[in-house]
Amino acid sequence: MAEILIVAGQNRKAALELIGAARGIAETLGARVTAAVCGAAQDLPVQTIYHAESPLLNAYQPDLYLAALTAVVKQAAPDLILLAHDAQGQELGPRLAARLGAGCVTDCIGFEVKDGKVLARKPVFGGKAVAGYLPGSATLVATVRPRTQAPAADEPGVGTEVMPVALTLSESMGLTRVVDQIREVAAGPKLEEARIVISGGRGLGGPEPFAELQRFAELVGGAVGASRAACDAGWVPSSWQVGQTGKMVAPDLYIAIGISGASQHLAGISSAKNVIAINKDAEAPIFKRATLGVVADYKTVLPTLIDQCRQILGR
Amino acid sequence: MKIAVCIKQILDPEVAPKDFKIDAAAKLPIRGQAKMVLSSFDENALETAIQLKESNGAKVAAVCLGPKEADEALRRALAMTADEAIRIDAPIDQDAQSLAAALAEAIKGAGPVDLVLVGRQAGDWDRGQVGPMLAEALGYACVTASFQPELKGDKLQVRHEVEGGVDVVEVTLPAVVAITNHGSNVPRIPKVKDTMMAMRKPIAVVAAPAAGAPLVIREELSIPQQDGECEIIPGDDGPAKAAALAERLKDLKLL
Repeated sequence: MAEILIVAGQNRKAALELIGAARGIAETLGARVTAAVCGAAQDLPVQTIYHAESPLLNAYQPDLYLAALTAVVKQAAPDLILLAHDAQGQELGPRLAARLGAGCVTDCIGFEVKDGKVLARKPVFGGKAVAGYLPGSATLVATVRPRTQAPAADEPGVGTEVMPVALTLSESMGLTRVVDQIREVAAGPKLEEARIVISGGRGLGGPEPFAELQRFAELVGGAVGASRAACDAGWVPSSWQVGQTGKMVAPDLYIAIGISGASQHLAGISSAKNVIAINKDAEAPIFKRATLGVVADYKTVLPTLIDQCRQILGR
Repeated sequence: MKIAVCIKQILDPEVAPKDFKIDAAAKLPIRGQAKMVLSSFDENALETAIQLKESNGAKVAAVCLGPKEADEALRRALAMTADEAIRIDAPIDQDAQSLAAALAEAIKGAGPVDLVLVGRQAGDWDRGQVGPMLAEALGYACVTASFQPELKGDKLQVRHEVEGGVDVVEVTLPAVVAITNHGSNVPRIPKVKDTMMAMRKPIAVVAAPAAGAPLVIREELSIPQQDGECEIIPGDDGPAKAAALAERLKDLKLL
């Protein structure tokens, strides 16, 4: 019987999205849905959990996790392996595929079954097109873009079989180690997870107007983003950059203020559900992407917009 | 120390969406008037390599897989003062494993190479696979999505992007590091004299190993339908439009 193996990381929400994605095609494929867990045990709503347990796996180290996952795959023999397309998945997915001699498709936004095989779809050309790939090998490794799949309900597994995995690991297999961790201290939600993003671009003319965007974001419980132009100009930290070479965001509401809409920025908001553009240039490419647009100088719009939103929210 | 930088020449990603057309049967974009450019993360990787050359006296070899027109990308690398340019004469539209295998062989031929830098993903197919797969093919250590490498003896420290910030990662050489853009690696504009000298430098052309059967097959390529037109909010002036927009956001329950 076919098997879809999801690789569960430390983020439970991401694991549930992978299970949801797997369930979407499991029935058509006649596949079991299973999970690989490295390090601390996890309870997930799947048929089998392959538990790779070792003190060397308690903290993430890519070479050790790769060795453990390779052992899991030898035991499970899955047809499809799903990982989240996060920092870990971006390195583990292709490396695992290379070790297995398996095909790999990264940053997938959807799956379908075509002629009994898994078709994996992903954005390409900065999000201007979508490509669909079939596996040329018996196994396919796919990384899945976060926040694009309906997650499985967060329930305990029913009748889940937990299978230990035989491992041969040694500390010397790890060729990298983390010597320091620098974390952004931001009030409010992270850009990648925010439901609302207020974003500013070159049209803001300088760093000062971003303070107003921050007040707006605080009011609506959102995060502040910026275009590459604003970051390159040094107006805001580069960690605020939304775009293909920045953060990929998937909010319900994305308000783009003074942003022209270069391809690489549009790639970063391809998963945004509603894009609102405020720009004084009616020809700006952002208006082709936006659902609602205001053609005006943002300076004449933003104060009233914030005020009206404050009234609507009763804050 | 020797650094190899893998670069790719791609269709200009700044083609506006309205000018971007595809051949659905061939599953390829139509080039039209678009230029071929150096993939932007590869420019960041080149800049990173040249900075290491300037600070540590490393030698830099630029490696590019592609047809003859890809020489232009290598000329740019040479103009940025790369020491060596190698083109692998092979078709560029292959799966990542095949590309990684071809690059690995060229790098072994240029060796011994202590550090391989690649852009984190190419601006056309957006895969981000070749770097990590190249590490596997070479048996090198691997760090993805990083910037600002610093040499510390036989180890390298890099800043690796993770959710919520940056991990400073120490990696044992030899290694493949996938480079992402950062204020510290904005690519330099080559000096005119370097660009002219680059035109006269040799580009070594090597063959690629025979590719195996593809491990992934591109079955479809399509342009997603835009859901309707943008609704432009009417109003006499900025404040009026703002008020109307706020109402629409309320109606759509987006706040």
